[in-house]
Amino acid sequence: MESLSHRSKVVSNKKMTFLERIYLPAVLSGIAITIKHLFRRKATVSYPEVKREFSKIWRGHHVLKRDDKGAERCTACGLCAVACPAEAITMTAAERKKGEENLYREEKYASTYEINMLRCIFCGLCEEACPKEAIFLTDRLVYTDFARDGFIYGKDKLVEKVDERIDVTVRQTPAVLEFKKHKQLSHNK
Amino acid sequence: MTDFLIYKILLVVGVFTITLVVAMYATYGERKVAAFLQDRIGPNRAGPFGILQPLADGLKFFMKEEIIPSVSNKFLFILGPSIAMITALMAGVLIPWGNTLIINGTAYSLQITDINIGILYVFGVVSIGVYGIMIGGWASNNKYSLLGAIRASAQMISYELAMGISIIALIMMTGTLSLGEIVNQQAGGDWNFWNVVYQPLGFLIFIVCAFAECNRAPFDLPECETELVGGYHTEYSSMKLGFYMFAEYINMFISSAVLSTLYFGGYNFPFMNDLGLSHNAITILGTVFLFAKIFFFIFFFMWVRWTLPRFRYDQLMNLGWRVLLPLSIANLLLTALVLLWIDK
Repeated sequence: MESLSHRSKVVSNKKMTFLERIYLPAVLSGIAITIKHLFRRKATVSYPEVKREFSKIWRGHHVLKRDDKGAERCTACGLCAVACPAEAITMTAAERKKGEENLYREEKYASTYEINMLRCIFCGLCEEACPKEAIFLTDRLVYTDFARDGFIYGKDKLVEKVDERIDVTVRQTPAVLEFKKHKQLSHNK
Repeated sequence: MTDFLIYKILLVVGVFTITLVVAMYATYGERKVAAFLQDRIGPNRAGPFGILQPLADGLKFFMKEEIIPSVSNKFLFILGPSIAMITALMAGVLIPWGNTLIINGTAYSLQITDINIGILYVFGVVSIGVYGIMIGGWASNNKYSLLGAIRASAQMISYELAMGISIIALIMMTGTLSLGEIVNQQAGGDWNFWNVVYQPLGFLIFIVCAFAECNRAPFDLPECETELVGGYHTEYSSMKLGFYMFAEYINMFISSAVLSTLYFGGYNFPFMNDLGLSHNAITILGTVFLFAKIFFFIFFFMWVRWTLPRFRYDQLMNLGWRVLLPLSIANLLLTALVLLWIDK
């Protein structure tokens, strides 16, 4: 097999030469290497003060979007759950009642919608599968917890608040927008 | 007489304080150097740049629970770190920290005492340091501590031999055992008068042995974590552990001071007589230079520690007995021959 890094060395048990036996040349080359590191740029990020920059297309904590009027976009079609390779998404569909038009955009909606964040691999396939532009992955982090229950995020954590919308445009790079153009769906036009 | 007493007491207290402060900040320096050599930042939370880190560490040592194992020999268990600390501090007395300061026509030497067997005293005191480790390791009643202690003493005794012989070559050259005298012989205009030029091999042997004597990497086998848990101080906690660690750093400081004194001209620096400054100014500048040399060697100790991997025990003994000892004897004979040839 070909070496991947081309840095492996064949080890042999040959006798050391005189220069190797007196250690000093090796010691000197060693301390020359370490002194160079003294002046290198440091890899440390001083965390609370400095935060590591996220990638532009970082896929984190999901959000269920509302439309302009504040109604939930999700219609519980289940395409995201089908697309999910980790089978992290579950939902129950329900019918919209009279007087709930301002809450749900279409006649069918998800009465429960859960993502198990321990199963989720943040691949973004749910976002790609969604025909209603309802689910997005954002640049927010999924926080740690002590119990497994805490990682099953329901609608309370996923649906954005009406008064504090979550910006999902960061991830909508030109390539993504170009891709969406080809999704021949009425609401995308 | 009272003048003399006050001046000596001031000097002793000064040297004591400086030794402790340098040792304290050597721990900080060690962590910083280690971090920088590994592309990290190191402690930077306590005060600006982490300057107060040693104080925090010291406070932590004091606040920790003090555990004395019930199966240990309590008297010896406490005696161990005390001996390590006391002997480490005792050697500082003989180092010439500077030339004389002339105040009101009286010359005050910055060396606490210049006895005519100076080097012998330093070696004697440093050798007692082994007892601190040996007693502590044995009194812990723990096999890892005992193994660490045995290793430490075996290592120190082996390397002391080569170190002593490399020093004998130097003493033959200078013709005196007094440290003050040795430094004064190196005084002068330029670099050529430093002993390292005449004794490069001796210097090399000395510095390698100094690493081994201080139990520093690559010869830190007594504290070899992978094999011996914590080495001779496995059972120690609180400030008694702090004393052992402190003693190690003080030893490093003293070794660096002895190295600079014997081989690098002590408080002498190049062109010191051509500057046209007053005697006192030169003395103070010389002390600054001495400390610069000492700090360089302390840095060198750390630099090597964070570069080289640890020796195996048989490699260590091999190097000590079969390489350094013959080499130092050869150096001794060579020096003797050259001295005879010059004398003729």
